[in-house]
Amino acid sequence: MSRSPRDIAVALTAIVLIALPLFGSDFFVSFVMTRTVMLGLAASTIAFLSAYGGMVSLAQLLMFGIAGFMVGNAVGEAGSKGMKLGWHPWVAVVFALVVTTAVALLLGALSARTSGIYFLMLTMTYAVIGFYFFGQVTTFSGFGGITGIDPPGLFDGHPTRLYYAAVVLSIVAYVGLRYVSTTPFGMALQGVRDDPVRMSSLGFNVALHRTLAFALAGFVAGVAGVLNIWWNGQIDPTSISIGPTLDLLIIAVIGGIAHLEGAWLGAFVFVMANNYMRNLPFADTIGLTEARFNTVVGLVVLLVMLLSPDGLVGIAVRCRDWMARFRRSDDAAPQPPDAQLATADGGPTGRSAVPSHNTEGSIR
Amino acid sequence: MTRSRPLSTWFVWAVGVFVALWVLFIARGTSAGAAVDEPGEFIVTLLDGLTFAGLLFVVASGFTLVFGLMRTVNMAHGSLFLLSAYVAIEIQQSMVGKDRNIEAGDVGILQWVVPLLIGSMVVAVVGIVMQQLLLRWNQGQDLRQALITLAVSVILADQMLAHFGGLAQRVVWPGAVTQFFEIAGERYALSRLFMLALALCVGIALWLWLNHTRMGMVIRAGVDDQEMVRALGINITVVFGVTFFVGAFLAGMGGVMGASFAGVAPGTDGQWLLNSLIVVIVGGLGSIKGAVAGSLLYGMVIAFAPAYLPSDYTFYAIIFTFVLLALVLAVRPYGLFGREA
Repeated sequence: MSRSPRDIAVALTAIVLIALPLFGSDFFVSFVMTRTVMLGLAASTIAFLSAYGGMVSLAQLLMFGIAGFMVGNAVGEAGSKGMKLGWHPWVAVVFALVVTTAVALLLGALSARTSGIYFLMLTMTYAVIGFYFFGQVTTFSGFGGITGIDPPGLFDGHPTRLYYAAVVLSIVAYVGLRYVSTTPFGMALQGVRDDPVRMSSLGFNVALHRTLAFALAGFVAGVAGVLNIWWNGQIDPTSISIGPTLDLLIIAVIGGIAHLEGAWLGAFVFVMANNYMRNLPFADTIGLTEARFNTVVGLVVLLVMLLSPDGLVGIAVRCRDWMARFRRSDDAAPQPPDAQLATADGGPTGRSAVPSHNTEGSIR
Repeated sequence: MTRSRPLSTWFVWAVGVFVALWVLFIARGTSAGAAVDEPGEFIVTLLDGLTFAGLLFVVASGFTLVFGLMRTVNMAHGSLFLLSAYVAIEIQQSMVGKDRNIEAGDVGILQWVVPLLIGSMVVAVVGIVMQQLLLRWNQGQDLRQALITLAVSVILADQMLAHFGGLAQRVVWPGAVTQFFEIAGERYALSRLFMLALALCVGIALWLWLNHTRMGMVIRAGVDDQEMVRALGINITVVFGVTFFVGAFLAGMGGVMGASFAGVAPGTDGQWLLNSLIVVIVGGLGSIKGAVAGSLLYGMVIAFAPAYLPSDYTFYAIIFTFVLLALVLAVRPYGLFGREA
């Protein structure tokens, strides 16, 4: 992989994130940024599935939640809710990740013969059914949720260590997921995204590739979910209801759903807006209060979808290309693929002009 | 697909037979009891499923109509449902002249039908504005459209919470249908049958419109081959607008019926988006026939699962929604009557 401006920007961001506790306030690091990095990690799995598999998944927050609920059930002791297994915290982590990955495998296998918009709808039903499941089945949680979960001793009372864990795992996930996309499996997955029929006739098992990608994404989202429950100390079904489920997709969309790094960027924008919107000048005078946060978020997503379906990273990419072209003043330069995604030219005849299964990798 | 997977087909049949045997003979110790012992409970459960399926059909047929023609998945369908319910509640309150505690006796047929029509018209207009402003120019980019309507639903949900508050509210059935009658030794609410009758009317009207009018013919042709319809000189943009209008109107009708049947609160929008999604995933997107089949199957699961599970495990009923999805998808990934887009 060549050292592109993209890699340099990502590396710089990683350095800033690692150095942040040296100059950021405790509140900013352990509250705002830990949440940002965790949500980014979870949202990156949406970007991964969308960018390399052509599957826009709404079930990633469910995976995130399942891992949290499983940790809660496993470490809970008498007096708490759930199964109260009273296991060692690290055993609980292994248990949670195994369960989450197994569920992801099952759900992935069920939906592996669909893609694109069908996949979106299916995963949305998984997410909502999951919410009702944890709400109604009191064996695992009930609507009250599970409270009072302590992180393992390593992190107990050390919020900065938890922040570092989130940053390190995010870097591992980012590098890992990008590496996966270059492996034979990743290449085949992208082939499946672009033309499942051709891949199938070449002898690739389309459904298996989609299922495995979904399971991998479920595993990574589960890791983020474990971090989240240590950070939060509690989990209830409302935190995986339809609102938060859409929020996670929104994070990925704001950042740019076709770019892995967009997930963390989107999470940063989302969490900053969530925490600091009321501090903006004139916020009160135009009725912009915390209570109407969702309206603002909805408007932002609407704007992103109307102006740049490729999100903030897409805007950055286009700015860079525009600058480069401006410098060379070479009008005949071929359009880079990212810009082609962004200026989706569907038009009124889009559907039949371009077979839809060819275009599911991006928002069109 | 089905022919190459006989095993899963057999499995689905086996599950169906087992469920039938369970309900008929084995289900002793459940809240309803085996059907041979308690025929009354069985008939009531069946009617519950059938009437709820009627409501499901009204809502989901609008969803599937829009998708069938335009390939637009309207994620704001549930929001339209909720908005129409709130509008109807306001209208009914002003017509009856009471803010709260409206009794069924206060409500004449007119005080129910007028809110129904106004609520549905309002969301039909909201729907067509949304389509013209936000969806018309990116026709064919299905994921982008889905995300745009998702954003609209987030905004609508937040604004409705701000304007109508967070409490559960309901539209009151007219006094004429708020009665009970006796069936197989059980009391049953007439309002539920009224709901089913309305749904049947909607279904028949839709069938007549799609099969016996010129516009319906164009829509059916458009579902099959949009380009060809356009090439024949038909202004398909107008057809798109009309279809979206009707789809949103149906969501609105369902909203008022649902608000009379079970009340509405913030979150009902998400619940009905889920209901519409399940119906069309089971039945197949874009097919009215599929909407009928999906509504019936899903309505029956909703009614039978809690009644025929052992009493201590009633809360596991939600799993059966998932089982239904899984069984259908295992045999037909695009739903019972669906086609690959």
